[in-house]
Amino acid sequence: MPTEPLPPHRTRILPATILGQLRPACSMLVILTVITGVLYPLGMTLAARILFPRESSGSLLRAADGTVLGSLLIGQPFTEPGWFHGRPSATGASPFDPTASGGSNLGPTNPALAGTVAERVAAVQREEPSHAGAIPVDLVTASASGLDPHISPRAALLQVPRVAAARGLPMEEVRDLVAGRIEPPLLGILGRPRINVLTLNLALEALAPGGAGSPLPP
Amino acid sequence: MMTGAWIEVAAILVATALAAIVIAPWLAAVFPMDDAPSGRPDGNRRLDRWLDAISGPVLRAAGVRRAEEMTAAEYGAAILLFHAAGFVFLLVLLRSQAVLPWNPDGLPAVPWLIAINTAASFVTNTNWQSYAGETTLSPWSQALGLTVQNFVSAASGLCVLAVLVRGLVRRDSPTVGSFWRDLARATLGFLLPLAILLGLLLASQGVVQSFATAIDVPLVDGDGVPAGEKATRRIVTGPVASQVAIKQLGTNGGGYFNANGAHPFENPTPLSNLLEIVAMLAIPVAGCLAFGRWVGDRRQGRALLAAMAVLFLPFLALIVHFETSPNPALPREVDQSASVDHEGGPLEGKEVRFGPAASALFAISTTATSCGAVNALHDSFSPLGGLVAMWMMQLGEVVFGGVGTGLAGLIAYTLVAVFVAGLMVGRSPEYLGKKIEAREMKMGMIVLLVPPIATLLGTASACVLPAEAAAAPNPGPHGFSELLYAFSSAGNNNGSAFGGLSATSPFWTLALAAAMLVSRLLTMLPLVAIGGSLAAKRTVAESPGTLPTHTPLFVLLVAGAVILVGALSFVPALALGPIAEALQPRPIAEGPS
Repeated sequence: MPTEPLPPHRTRILPATILGQLRPACSMLVILTVITGVLYPLGMTLAARILFPRESSGSLLRAADGTVLGSLLIGQPFTEPGWFHGRPSATGASPFDPTASGGSNLGPTNPALAGTVAERVAAVQREEPSHAGAIPVDLVTASASGLDPHISPRAALLQVPRVAAARGLPMEEVRDLVAGRIEPPLLGILGRPRINVLTLNLALEALAPGGAGSPLPP
Repeated sequence: MMTGAWIEVAAILVATALAAIVIAPWLAAVFPMDDAPSGRPDGNRRLDRWLDAISGPVLRAAGVRRAEEMTAAEYGAAILLFHAAGFVFLLVLLRSQAVLPWNPDGLPAVPWLIAINTAASFVTNTNWQSYAGETTLSPWSQALGLTVQNFVSAASGLCVLAVLVRGLVRRDSPTVGSFWRDLARATLGFLLPLAILLGLLLASQGVVQSFATAIDVPLVDGDGVPAGEKATRRIVTGPVASQVAIKQLGTNGGGYFNANGAHPFENPTPLSNLLEIVAMLAIPVAGCLAFGRWVGDRRQGRALLAAMAVLFLPFLALIVHFETSPNPALPREVDQSASVDHEGGPLEGKEVRFGPAASALFAISTTATSCGAVNALHDSFSPLGGLVAMWMMQLGEVVFGGVGTGLAGLIAYTLVAVFVAGLMVGRSPEYLGKKIEAREMKMGMIVLLVPPIATLLGTASACVLPAEAAAAPNPGPHGFSELLYAFSSAGNNNGSAFGGLSATSPFWTLALAAAMLVSRLLTMLPLVAIGGSLAAKRTVAESPGTLPTHTPLFVLLVAGAVILVGALSFVPALALGPIAEALQPRPIAEGPS
C-alpha cells in the first residue's frame, strides 16, 4: 500500500502549534478580563444606580426619619406574640442571617426532618390555641434561602387571633389588614399568592402605636 | 390551584420559545460557517459587519490576525491554552485576594484546595461551589475572576459547536475557523449584550447591583431575640445582577450568595424567576434553530430540538408532579394540599414566592442545561424529583445542555445514531452529506463515555473511602444519592448540588476538580477533532438510499441513543440511591422532644 501524506486534520500536534497560541491566549484573557470583569460590572452598577436606584441597592425600607428598618426582600425573625411570624429559617447559628444564606438540606425521608417539623407543629399549636385545623406547610418548613420574606395568606390568617389579642386590636381590623396585603400572582399567572411578613408587621405597627408584646389596657 | 401552577410552567416555556426564536438568527450570524465572507446571505451582512466592528479592535490589540484560519489541531490547542491561562489566572487571583483591592470585609486568601476546586469549576463552565460566596470571596474576586470565566467558558462552548458545524458544512477544508475570532465575537457580540439586557431587567426586580457591600440593620422584633444572640442583621449586597445575568445565560450557575437563585437578592420575584429560567434555556434552544440555518436546512435544526424536547417534556411533567405531591413522611397535622390561599406541597427547601411547581421547573431547567443555579434545595426534593434532576445531568448534558457544548454533544449522539442505523440497514452511514467513519466514531465514543466514567468512578471511590462517604449528612439511600449527585454534577459540568454534602476535604475538592477538568476537556477536544475530520471530507450527494435525518423516526432514534447510554450507565446506581429511597418503608416521625 502506498504511503499517503497525512490529511491536514491528522497533522501531529507539534509543540510549535501549541506555543504559537500561548501569546494570544494570555492577551485575550487579559483584554476580556478588563471588558467583562471591570467595565461590565462597573457599567452595570452605574446604569442600575441611575435607572433603578432603590431596587439595585437592596430595596431598603426606611422609617420616616430615614433609619433603615430592613429590606423588602429579606425576611426577619419574629417571635413575640404581637407580631406575625414568618417561616422557620435554617441559616446557621441565628435565623434569617443574610451573611449565611441557606437551608437545612434535610432529605425528604430523613427522620430528622419529620422530627423537626413535628416540633414546629407542636409549637404552632401551643402559640395558636384557637386554631384547630391543620397547619399550613410553609409555617413549619425551612425555606431554601433561610431569608424567605413571605408566607401564604392562610398562614397569616391563622395568626390573626393571637396578634389581635396581644395588641388589643379588634380581630376584624387585623384580618382586613392581612387580606389587603395579599400579593396576587403577576397577571394572574406568575408566582403564588403570598404575604410579606416584614411589611405586614410594619403596617401593623402603624395600626397599633402600643407596640409589640405590650397590649393596650382593656 | 394546581391548574394555576401548570399554567405558570407552560407560560414560562412559551416565553422561552419566543426568546429563542428572536435570538436564533443573531446566534447564527455570530459564527459564519464559510471562510469567504462574500458568500454570506444578505440579511446577515449588516450583523456580520457589526460583529466584526465590535471584535476587531480586541483581536488587533491581542495581536491576532483577524482572518487567520486554524486547523483543528491549532483550534484545540488554543482552547486548551485558554483554559490553562484562565485556570492559572483565577488561582492566583483567589490566593492573593487578601492583598487585592475591593475587599471591604477583609477576607483572607482562599485556602489552596478550595481555590483549586473553584478555579477548575469556573474555567470548565461547571460552577460547582465548595465555598459560601458571601463569606469567602471579595466583590473583586467575584467580578474579576468568576464573572469573566462565566463569559469566556460559555463562549468557548459555543466555539466548539461552531467547529463541529463547520465540519458538517465545509468541504475539503483544512481549517475550521479561528478560535480567537469566534471567542471575541461570541463574548462581546452575543453574550455581553444579552447579559447587559438581562442584568438590567433583573435589577429592576430587585437584584442588587452596588459597590456598597453590607448594611447593618437592627431587627424590628428586637425584643424577641433570645438573650446572647445578636439583635441586628447584616444585609450583604454587591455587584450581583451583573454576575447573575451571565451565570444564567452562560449555563454557568455559580451564585453570588450561598443560597444561589433562592436568595431574594438573586431572584426576588416570580418575574425574575421567569427571566432566569428563560435565560438558561433560550440559548441552547436557539442553538438548535441556528443549526438549521447554518446547514441550510431548517428541518435539521428542528429535528435536534425535537429530540431534546422528547427527552425534556415527559421528565418535566414527572418532576412537577413529584414536587407538588405531599411528602408522606411529614406529620399528619401539616397541611400540604393546594388551595386558593395556600400553595402547599413539600416546601422544605423551597421559597413561597415561587411555589413548588416553578421550583421544579427551575430544577429540571438547571440540570437539563448545564447551568446548575438553583432556586430551591435539590437535597430536600422528593426522592423521585431528585432522581429526575440527577438523571438530566447523567444523560451527558445533551438535553439542551451547556451553551454550545450541549448541542455539540447531541450531534455526537446523532452521529452514533446514524452509524448504528447504517449498520442495521446495511448502508454507509452519512449525516448531512458527510460520511461517518471510524475516526468520528472513536472520537464520538470518547465524548459519550468520559462523563459517565468520571461520574461512576468518582462515586465509587467516595463509597469505598468511609471517611469521605461520611461527607453525606443524610442517612440511608439519600446519603448515597448525595455522593452520586455530586459526581454527576462535576462529571457533566453542571454545578448544582445536593447541598448538604460537605465537600471540602482534600479528596472531595481534588476529585471533583479532576472530574470537572477531565470531562470538560475530553468532550471539547474530541468534538473539535470530529469537526476537523469532517471538514476535510467531500460532501456525498444525496441518494434514494440516504437515511433522512429530519423525520420523527430519526428524532426517536437519537433520543433513544441518549436514553440507552444514560440508562445503561446509571440505572444500577440510581436504584441504590433515589429509587431505594422512594421504596423504603416510611420512617416514623419522632415526636416533639
